[in-house]
Amino acid sequence: MAYTLTVNGRTTTVEVPADMPLLWVLRDVLELRGTKYGCGISACGACTVHLNGRAVRACQTKVSAADGASIMTIEGLSPDGTHPLQQAWQDVDVPQCGYCQAGQIMSAAALLAQTPKPTDEDIDRAMNGNLCRCATYLRIRQAIHKAAAMTATTTVQQAAANRPGQDQE
Amino acid sequence: MAPQLLDRRAFLQVSALAGGGVMIGTYLGPVSEALAQTPAAFSPNAFITIAANGTITLIAKNPEVGQGVKTMLPMILAEELEADWKTVKIVQGDLDPEAYGPQSAGGSQSTPVNWDPLRQAGAVGRHMLIAAAAATWDVPAGELQARLGRVHHAASNRSAGYGELAARAATLTPPDPKTVALKDPKDYTIIGKATPGIDNRAIVTGTLTFSSDFTVPGMLWAQYEKAPAYGAEVATANLDEVRAMPGVRHAFILKGDGDIQSLVGGVAIVADSWWQAKAARDRLQVTWQDHPTMRQSSASFDQQAEALFKAPPAFSITNVGDVEGALSSATKTVEGTYSYPFIAHAPLEPQNALAHWHDGKMEIWAPSQTPARGRQMVAKSLGIDEAAITFHLLHGGGGFGRRLYNDSVVEAAAIARQIDRPVKLQWTREDDMRHDIYRPGGYHRLRAGVDAAGRIVAWHGHFVSYGEGERFAPSANLPATEFPAGYVAHFGLGASLIPLGVPTGALRAPRSNSVAFVYQSFLDELAHAAGKDPVQFRLDLLSATRQLPEGINNDGFDGARMHAVVKTAAEMAGWGRAVPKGTGLGIACYYSHRGYFAEVAEVIVDADKGVRVAKVWVAGDVGRQIINPSGAEQQMQGSVIDGLGELMAQEITYENGAAVQDNFNRFPLVRMREAPPVIESKFVLSDNAPSGLGEPALPPILPAVTNAIFAATGERIRSLPLRKHGYYWA
Ligand code: FES
Ligand code: FES
Repeated sequence: MAYTLTVNGRTTTVEVPADMPLLWVLRDVLELRGTKYGCGISACGACTVHLNGRAVRACQTKVSAADGASIMTIEGLSPDGTHPLQQAWQDVDVPQCGYCQAGQIMSAAALLAQTPKPTDEDIDRAMNGNLCRCATYLRIRQAIHKAAAMTATTTVQQAAANRPGQDQE
Repeated sequence: MAPQLLDRRAFLQVSALAGGGVMIGTYLGPVSEALAQTPAAFSPNAFITIAANGTITLIAKNPEVGQGVKTMLPMILAEELEADWKTVKIVQGDLDPEAYGPQSAGGSQSTPVNWDPLRQAGAVGRHMLIAAAAATWDVPAGELQARLGRVHHAASNRSAGYGELAARAATLTPPDPKTVALKDPKDYTIIGKATPGIDNRAIVTGTLTFSSDFTVPGMLWAQYEKAPAYGAEVATANLDEVRAMPGVRHAFILKGDGDIQSLVGGVAIVADSWWQAKAARDRLQVTWQDHPTMRQSSASFDQQAEALFKAPPAFSITNVGDVEGALSSATKTVEGTYSYPFIAHAPLEPQNALAHWHDGKMEIWAPSQTPARGRQMVAKSLGIDEAAITFHLLHGGGGFGRRLYNDSVVEAAAIARQIDRPVKLQWTREDDMRHDIYRPGGYHRLRAGVDAAGRIVAWHGHFVSYGEGERFAPSANLPATEFPAGYVAHFGLGASLIPLGVPTGALRAPRSNSVAFVYQSFLDELAHAAGKDPVQFRLDLLSATRQLPEGINNDGFDGARMHAVVKTAAEMAGWGRAVPKGTGLGIACYYSHRGYFAEVAEVIVDADKGVRVAKVWVAGDVGRQIINPSGAEQQMQGSVIDGLGELMAQEITYENGAAVQDNFNRFPLVRMREAPPVIESKFVLSDNAPSGLGEPALPPILPAVTNAIFAATGERIRSLPLRKHGYYWA
């Protein structure tokens, strides 16, 4: 079967079985291997990607359910690795082995898109499906808060810059 | 040795020019051709290469599985070399013990084993670059200073970059590493500074190549179905039907090599993609030959333990003084039976390995924690010469001891041996959990007595573990030195073993991760029996001088160092303060892998047995120098939370010889909201050589929490996991 996917802004057609999970289409067919396999049963979050803006587990999303959809993976989160979460993750030195982190960041990105200033409880709820075997949780929480603060600053700056009648240097 | 060093040097240049990353240089072509085209570089030893353009390439010699050695070991080199950390290139070294010395990741050994040699290796480079500058400018070396990749001569205001000096330095004879002057620690600019992981950017952009992401041209993907009961061979399999599935190139039966920790029998399915191999495997119907391991189960282990406890220990491990006499004259005696289950490592990246058999040679790419052993195992299992096996190290998604064992490497090689293309074996999570090299379970019956002054006068342990006769199964043993051995005048430990057909081995802080729970909980019981405060009870015990019987080597335990961390942890936690009803403070301390750790947990237990660990205080002594404080904190937090996972719910049970739990839904890790929100830590610096941090912070957290649960509720937890007693994360 042929399915049309828009992955990180690029539209492609893949010829695969209808029940093939999106995870393996990304990894095996499109060779986008930033998205990881950890459990295959929606229990770990390592395969988290955005499907039309929502965080989903790619291991339990059949390609047929993604037909025509817009998908974002870690590789497409920012053109140059400067998404506030990617920045904060490095500032806080979050990763240990790093295997879960693409999934963690994609879940966090979906959270921040919905809730730009999340509380600890918001974070715990949004991140509950993402396991980190190395247990980097405390730094993940710290990095999400940091990214939220960075985003807020950027937004304020942009708003200031866009305010009519104000001169920019 | 000399020609090999030349090759190594050339190879480093190739890697440096290629921008580092995954070392496919050797795979693509012979090194010597590349050598002919590269300019001269300075390479004082296998770890350091300085190119004429000033690029400094450092080799990260040990396997990286998330413990941070790929950052930490090069920090040591760069410090003594006086390199600029911001510009050094770090390249993962392949297996080459002749060039690099031992290359393994386990036992928290990377720091103690490499601290001196890598400082010396860096210092040799610095001395030679300074000597080269001294010769160039004709000034005494003593007037020169190396800083951030340059040599400076203050008097004449001259300086030269390492790249400019490389050609000249390469002509000099290296000084003896053993006598070369090392930096004064007070001048450190890299060691001791919180340094983020060097792969962080690649990780957060999804571009780091983990082992499971690594591919080579023309490769195929394999799945391997093994008997649920360890070691059973294939009887029948519907191979023709499997071969007819889309994308399938091969389906064949492999026989085991007789070692359940190496290669067990099974069916290999090789296809164009992993998903096709998996889809074909879903159609596979296989029956297994009868095997004795099919008759083992957790229930039968429990029954055998109970029966063994009815008799005295089958053999003695240590026996000092008159234990029975002292027990009968003690003021108070306490008795308790403790137990803990088998558990799996479950690193987040399931086991995988890529192998290619070509021209009588086996080439392997895998994230092994013990690549040298992996090479030996492959050689032995397949009857290939070790020299014909190349082992490339890849980045592993977590280790925890799982990647010490190389069983998946042997499998990949055995499959590759049958076909003519490179093949990647990628286990499913279910494979990984049902075919782990498990942390063995165990049972302890402990009896001890205290005198009128509240001191322990006698201690006896009957340890029911696994093994054959008097030979323990891997990682199922207990040494005669196990604390409080040496601190109790009448001390006995004996064991009885249950035969086992389950592969077992080291899980992060092996033995310690289970024994700490048992011994530190029982010490708590004794403190309460003695009417003493649990912290004071431990401090009193540790104040005595340790006396081990003749013929027993000390395990390096230093009571004074433990005393200091117990005191520190108690102070940090405000031990002794009043806490609300339903809240308890618990303490535990443990020595493992040369590290001393004391931990206090503040635990809140509600009426439904919902548990929250509100805060943990950690005091550790791993010597005089923390090399990377950021990595150190990561290991500490990781160990504590990892231990909480083991404590609450992790358990592998066996039915008909097979592991019952096969994925994270039945083998839960701690999730973010369940982790303690605050883990406060402090290092007690002592004048001892730096030691590792991958493990020693884990063992004390389990008993710290169960002791806190006792303080909060009065319920003494003597078996794990906690979930069995009705507790859950609130
Ligand atoms: S691999 Fe999809 S949730 Fe674990
Ligand atoms: S960093 Fe290793 S699993 Fe999260």
